[in-house]
Amino acid sequence: MTEAKGDDLVLDGNAVAGTLAEIYGDDMTTVLAECANCGKVDHVGGLLAYVRAPGIVLRCTACQTVMVRIVQTPNRTFVDVRAKRMPAAPRT
Amino acid sequence: MMLARGLGFCSVPDPFVARGFVGRREPAGSAQAGRIPPGQHLVKDFPVLSAGPTPRTPLQKWSFRIEGLVKEPASWSWTDFLKLPAQDFVKDISCVTKWTKLDTRWRGVSVDVLLEQVELDRRAAFVTAFSDGGYTTNVPLPELINGQSFVAYEYDGKPLAPEHGGPARLVVPHLYFWKSAKWVRGLRVMERDEPGFWESLGYNNHGDPWKEERYTGD
Ligand SMILES: [Zn+2]
Repeated sequence: MTEAKGDDLVLDGNAVAGTLAEIYGDDMTTVLAECANCGKVDHVGGLLAYVRAPGIVLRCTACQTVMVRIVQTPNRTFVDVRAKRMPAAPRT
Repeated sequence: MMLARGLGFCSVPDPFVARGFVGRREPAGSAQAGRIPPGQHLVKDFPVLSAGPTPRTPLQKWSFRIEGLVKEPASWSWTDFLKLPAQDFVKDISCVTKWTKLDTRWRGVSVDVLLEQVELDRRAAFVTAFSDGGYTTNVPLPELINGQSFVAYEYDGKPLAPEHGGPARLVVPHLYFWKSAKWVRGLRVMERDEPGFWESLGYNNHGDPWKEERYTGD
């Protein structure tokens, strides 16, 4: 489990493709997202994904700035999109 | 007595005896189960949760700061922080992802000791803990004082590992563990409450495991 970098819990955005598709009603992995901090552009599927947490956090591959946060509670889903270009989530 | 769903090894606390056994050393069984908040299950390992890369701030560059509504901000280097009066703490902790770990052993500095070093403004009412990596969490000031929280730098007799929040993390054992900010670098004292990283996106602002305050609106 442990890697030298210590970032052992990181996946990529493709790992949360299903959750994103549920929220947006469409595949989001090929949509472009631009980091609001450093301007790096990635496909959503290529972002860093932290999933072993109270929610899902997608981060910039260059500077690790938070680009998307998703929290699913028993009653509703909360989505916060900080990335540019990527559409805000439809009302959930 | 019922068995907790999907567990089998820990029984659900009898509501009439449960709280009376908190803190007492009892063999596994109903007394131990009485220390497990509703909806939680017991774990023996220490699960690692992380919403971002593990920060690796060198100790020479580390500092801990108290700022905001204080007459003069206070700041300690790592060396100075280790010179503060430390205590051992044995606490049960509960994560909102539904695990509870009993009798976790920590060493660190009580937030009471840290706050003795500053003069709080009369308006001071809330605290935002801030961490390397940008994480924040909010706690009402009255819930951090009087022995209720500490900044830990040892776990189980060893330096606190980075994946568990080392070199130092806030520990607020009576609230869900997301309030116990890993990689903590300071406390910002404020007049108004400001929801933190998870509190601003669906998680409960307060987070008392015994009241099952998991989500916004609980
Ligand atoms: Zn970036």
